[in-house]
Amino acid sequence: MITQAPNYSRRKWADRFMRGLTVGATTLALIPLFLILGYVVLRGASALNLAFFTQAYEPPVVGAGGAIGNAGGVLHGIVGSLLIVGLALLMALPIGILAAIFLAEYPANSVATAVRFCTDVLSAAPSIIVGVVAYVLIVQRTHQFSALAGSVALTVLIIPVIVRTTEEMLKLVPSTMREAAIALGAPKWWVTLTVVIPTALSGIITGVLLAFARATGETAPLLLTVLGNNNVSFKLLEPMAALPLLTYKYTDTPFPAQNTLAWGSALVLTILVLSVNILVRWATRNRMK
Amino acid sequence: MNTQTIESQQVTLKQLKPFYGSVQAVQPVDATIRPRSVTAIIGPSGCGKSTVLRCINRMHETIAFARVEGQVLLGEQDIYARGIAAQAVRRRIGMVFQQPNPLKMLSIFENVAVGLRLEGYSRAAIAERVEQSLQAAALWDEVKDKLDYSGLALSGGQQQRLCIARAIALQPEVLLLDEPCSALDPVSTYKIEELLVELKQRYTIVIVTHNMHQAARIADRTMVFMVDRTQARALGVLVEEDVTTTIFTAPSDRRTEEYISGRVG
Repeated sequence: MITQAPNYSRRKWADRFMRGLTVGATTLALIPLFLILGYVVLRGASALNLAFFTQAYEPPVVGAGGAIGNAGGVLHGIVGSLLIVGLALLMALPIGILAAIFLAEYPANSVATAVRFCTDVLSAAPSIIVGVVAYVLIVQRTHQFSALAGSVALTVLIIPVIVRTTEEMLKLVPSTMREAAIALGAPKWWVTLTVVIPTALSGIITGVLLAFARATGETAPLLLTVLGNNNVSFKLLEPMAALPLLTYKYTDTPFPAQNTLAWGSALVLTILVLSVNILVRWATRNRMK
Repeated sequence: MNTQTIESQQVTLKQLKPFYGSVQAVQPVDATIRPRSVTAIIGPSGCGKSTVLRCINRMHETIAFARVEGQVLLGEQDIYARGIAAQAVRRRIGMVFQQPNPLKMLSIFENVAVGLRLEGYSRAAIAERVEQSLQAAALWDEVKDKLDYSGLALSGGQQQRLCIARAIALQPEVLLLDEPCSALDPVSTYKIEELLVELKQRYTIVIVTHNMHQAARIADRTMVFMVDRTQARALGVLVEEDVTTTIFTAPSDRRTEEYISGRVG
């Protein structure tokens, strides 16, 4: 006859209890996420209209009955954010990925250990400090707040992110893959470029997107470097607007129309990161059957 | 085929000593591997049979701190001689591994073409050679309609035959196989064995196997390695090398007899 172990009911209750704990913890962790997202969508959606996307800053005007209307849009912020972050990625990608290849493919040397330690320290550095450094080294010396200085600060911030995620992904590529190519007489650079990187590509892209999201949302270093601008500007050597800066600036004004713009730009920031994420994943998906 | 070709496909091991760091893995190996035949390397785990195999195309040295002393002659040329690039050696001596390892991001066609591209073959020559190789690996009929599929879309046995096709696409002198069937089912194993018997007409084949029956079925000659525990540190040792039927019916070394009769190992 098949009988249950004598301590079965205790084990069953322990199992239910622990499972309850894990479900509870997961829910607890997700609640703020959905609250934030939901609230940003709720408050930001009302700000979205044509003017929001096509206009830059407009001075508030007092309309009939003392209502303050037409606060313009955040086009200058969208353009600025894309330019500043794009330039930062352009600088950080080659440096970060090449450094990661060095760490993952040539791991047994003291330089690699030192580089790894430095990237760890750098990734823990508060972003405002990086901003201050960029301010002292670039803004003060050139006597000019500029988009470029902001990009440099962001580059420094995201290089460690790219290096460490890419390194981890390259290390995950099974050694049997490398052996397959080496046994064909392939030189090391070829193995790395044609076998290791493509195999790890989706992981590397995840890291780059993480870096992109981090850079897009950074506010502190931009305050000290790009300063802000009320007009759409494409000049990299002059002050520029950025979405997080607008969110920061408009949140604190006494005009409700501008407060709405702050919510709107927060929403656009979220949508921007999300849509770039989806777009890049779609563009780099594995097409092979 | 003239005698020159036959000579160039012979492999001679002379006082071959593989090391891991300062630790010697196998006692000096002296052996001749006959051209265009199947030579099996058998022995218990840890006897160094894979290590010796990997010395033959200089894969051993890809492991950190691993090195080799002694000589491996391909034809009359020492592959460890100064001025000979490991990459050049590996193009002449192909290898198939224990786990089928098609390159993940490449299609079936590209997997076979990889070595040819490295050698700088023309597009047309590559297409022709890929088909030849897949046919020689008895895989062409199964994959000819899905050459652009991922190699991972194939079954384990097909993947292993794809790896064999990839190895012979460069038309090497020698084909090394490191337990190629240990991850496969009996039917796939049978197909690979059939294939190897076919391929030995053109290539010198060395196969490491855990399966003594496999050695008995396909190998012309067999090398038996054992673990020598009389030393302070366990060490692999080549105890006997002979025609396969002799090894299995009338071995001259007591250790071989004990091993194949299942008393040790």
